[in-house]
Amino acid sequence: MISPPETIPPIDIGGLHRDLLLEMYYRMLLAREFEEKLYYLFLTRPMPGTMHQATGQEAVAVGVVSALQPGDYITSTHRGHAHCIAKGVPVNEMMAEMFAKRTGSCHGMGGSMHLCDFSRGMLGAFAIVGAGIPIAVGAALSAYVQRSGKVAVAFFGDGAINKGAFHEAANMATLWKLPVIFVCENNQYALSMTVERSSAVTNLASRAVAYGMPGIQVDGNDVTAVYRSALNAVERARSGQGPTLLECITYRIRGHARFESSHYRPAEEVETWKKTDPIQRLRQALIENQLTSEAELASIEDRVEEEMEQAVAFAEQSEDVQPDDYLPYITMEINHATT
Amino acid sequence: MRQLNMVEALNEALRQEMRHDARVIIIGEDVGVFGGAFHVTHGLLEEFGPERVWDTPISEEGFMGIAIGAALTGLRPVVEFQYADFLFSAMDQIINQAAKIRLMSGGQTNVPLVIRAPQGATGRGAQHSQSVEAWFMHTPGMKVVIPSTPYDAKGLLISAIRDENPVLFLEHKLLYGAASPGGGAAPADSSVSKVGYDVPEEPYEIPLGKADIKRSGNRVTVIATALMVHRSLSAAAKLAQQGIEVEVIDPRTLVPLDEETLSASIRKTHRAVIVSEDVSRAGVSAELASWISGNLFDYLDAPVKCVAAKNTPIPFAPAAEKAVIPQESDITQAIWQVLSDQ
Repeated sequence: MISPPETIPPIDIGGLHRDLLLEMYYRMLLAREFEEKLYYLFLTRPMPGTMHQATGQEAVAVGVVSALQPGDYITSTHRGHAHCIAKGVPVNEMMAEMFAKRTGSCHGMGGSMHLCDFSRGMLGAFAIVGAGIPIAVGAALSAYVQRSGKVAVAFFGDGAINKGAFHEAANMATLWKLPVIFVCENNQYALSMTVERSSAVTNLASRAVAYGMPGIQVDGNDVTAVYRSALNAVERARSGQGPTLLECITYRIRGHARFESSHYRPAEEVETWKKTDPIQRLRQALIENQLTSEAELASIEDRVEEEMEQAVAFAEQSEDVQPDDYLPYITMEINHATT
Repeated sequence: MRQLNMVEALNEALRQEMRHDARVIIIGEDVGVFGGAFHVTHGLLEEFGPERVWDTPISEEGFMGIAIGAALTGLRPVVEFQYADFLFSAMDQIINQAAKIRLMSGGQTNVPLVIRAPQGATGRGAQHSQSVEAWFMHTPGMKVVIPSTPYDAKGLLISAIRDENPVLFLEHKLLYGAASPGGGAAPADSSVSKVGYDVPEEPYEIPLGKADIKRSGNRVTVIATALMVHRSLSAAAKLAQQGIEVEVIDPRTLVPLDEETLSASIRKTHRAVIVSEDVSRAGVSAELASWISGNLFDYLDAPVKCVAAKNTPIPFAPAAEKAVIPQESDITQAIWQVLSDQ
C-alpha cells in the first residue's frame, strides 16, 4: 500500500481555464453520484447483476479524458462507470442499462461490466482483467493506418499490469510507435491483493523502461496533475512518438464489488485516503483561488443531483428487456440455438 | 481454366480482397517478410506494404486483441495463426472478446475479422496437430469455416473477409499442396487425388452456410470436412465399384450449418456417417449426430455412426498418429456397418 501523503498537497490549477476546471468538477461529481446512487439502489431494491465502484478514483478518468478529443478512443474495465461518464456517455442510458432496460446504452445486453458507447469512442468496459489493453492498441493501430489523427487510451488497474496482455500490447505499441496511452489506475488493490503482495516491483510505472517508453507516476487524486500528464502523453502519441505508461496513484474507497466488506484492510487506511478525495481537493482549490463561488459550485451539485433523479426516473419508466431481445445480436444467421 | 493449389487459392483471395478493400489488413507471425509459415501470405508485404501486412512478435493474445481493436474501429483484419494449436494462447481475446462484443454492445458494433489457422495431424506431435473446430462451434458469436478444396477455399475466404462477424477459417495442412518452408515438401495424403483445382481468376463468394455435395449417392450420407472429405471420397469411389453409391457432403462451414442440405440427403438415404478429424468426445461428430437424431430420427434406418479421432493427445510416432486419426478403412467400415444395421 502506498501511503497517502502526510499533508495533502494543494492542487496546482495555475494556467488551467476556469471552464475546464468546472467541467472537471462536474464530471467527477457526476461519476461519484452515479455510483453512490447505484450503491443506494442496490441496497434498497432488487437490482440485476452487480457493480464495481470507482469512488475516490474519479480524477483518473476525468483528468485523462479531459486531455482527449471527442473522437479519440478509450477502453475500460469492469470498474468503468467513471470512464464512461468522463467520455460523455449519457447517464440516462447508463442508468437504464443498470436496470436492464431497452433504452440502456447496450439495450440491456451488456450491463454494468460491459458498458460501451461507440458513438463516443468508448469501445468497451472489458470485464476480463487486462483484455481491453491490446484492444486499445488495436484502435491505435487503426487510427495510424487510417491517418485519422485519433489516439487511444487503455484504462486498467494495478492487477491488470501483471497480465501477459499488458506486456504483449506494450511491446507492440512501442515497437510500432502507435498512438496509445496506457493508464494504470493504481488503486492499491486487486480485490484483496495489495500491490506489494502481487507485484515484485511496486513502482508500476517503471515497467515502461522494459519497453522503451516513458513511465510517469502521478498523484491520481489530483485531477489537474493527471490532466497535465495525460496532455503530454496524448501530444506524444498524436505526434507519432509512441505510447506512454501513466501510473495514477489513487485508492479504491469502496470494496471491490457491491457490499464487499474489505475485511482485509484497516478502516483507518480508508479514512486516511478519504482525506485526499479528488473532488474535495478540486473544490477547495477552486474556492481558494477565487475561480468560483460557493453558490456556483452548489448549482453544479444541484444539477448533478437533478440529473441522477432524472436518470433513475428515465430508467424506471423505460421498457423492460423482453426475453427474445437478444436474438438480433447473435452473429449467426443460422444457429442451432434458435432453430 | 488454370489450376491452383490451396495455398495459391488462399493467397489469391487475400490479394484480391486487399486490392478490393483498403480496410483489409493482415496481422500475424511471419506473415510479411517470410510470407507466412505455409506461404499463404507470400508476396503481400511487397504489394501492400507494412501498414497492410503486420509482422508481429510471438504474442498471440496481444495481436489477437489488436486485431479486435482494429476491427472495432474501421479495419477488417485477417489474423494468421501459424498453427491452430496456438489459438489457445489467444482464447480470451477470441472467445470472451471477439465473439461476445456484438451482443454485449447491444448491436452497436460488429467485429469483422477473420482468423486463419492451419490444423490437422501431419506428424508434428501433440502441440502442432490438433483439429480445433469444436472449441469454436461451442462459442456462440462466431462462424467456423473449414474448406476441403482450393475452389472452396478461395470463395469461402472472400466471403469470410466480407462477413461482418468473427470467422474462424481452418485450413488443413495436408491440403495445402505446397512446399512447406524449412520442412521440405508437405506430405501429400494418399487420399488427395490432386492438388491443382480449377479456380476462377475473378473474385467470387461461396456463401457461409452452404454445404457442397462432393459426390452424389443414394445409399448412405457421409458428412465430412477438410481432409476427411478426401478420405471419404476415396472410400466412396471404391464402394461404388461394388455397387454402393455413397453421398459425400462437405458442410464447408460448421457454423452456420447447412441443415437443409444435410436433411435432404438423410431423408433420401436414411443412413448417416459423420467423419471428422477432431476427437469424438464433445466434438463435431457428436454435435452432428445429436442434431440428426433430434431432427431426423423418423427417417433413419440405422443408428448414426461417428468416425472421429480417438480421445487422446495426438502421439508423435507415425504409427500411433495413424491409429488415432480416422483412416479410409475406418470410414469404409462405418459405411458397411450402417448399411448392415436395419
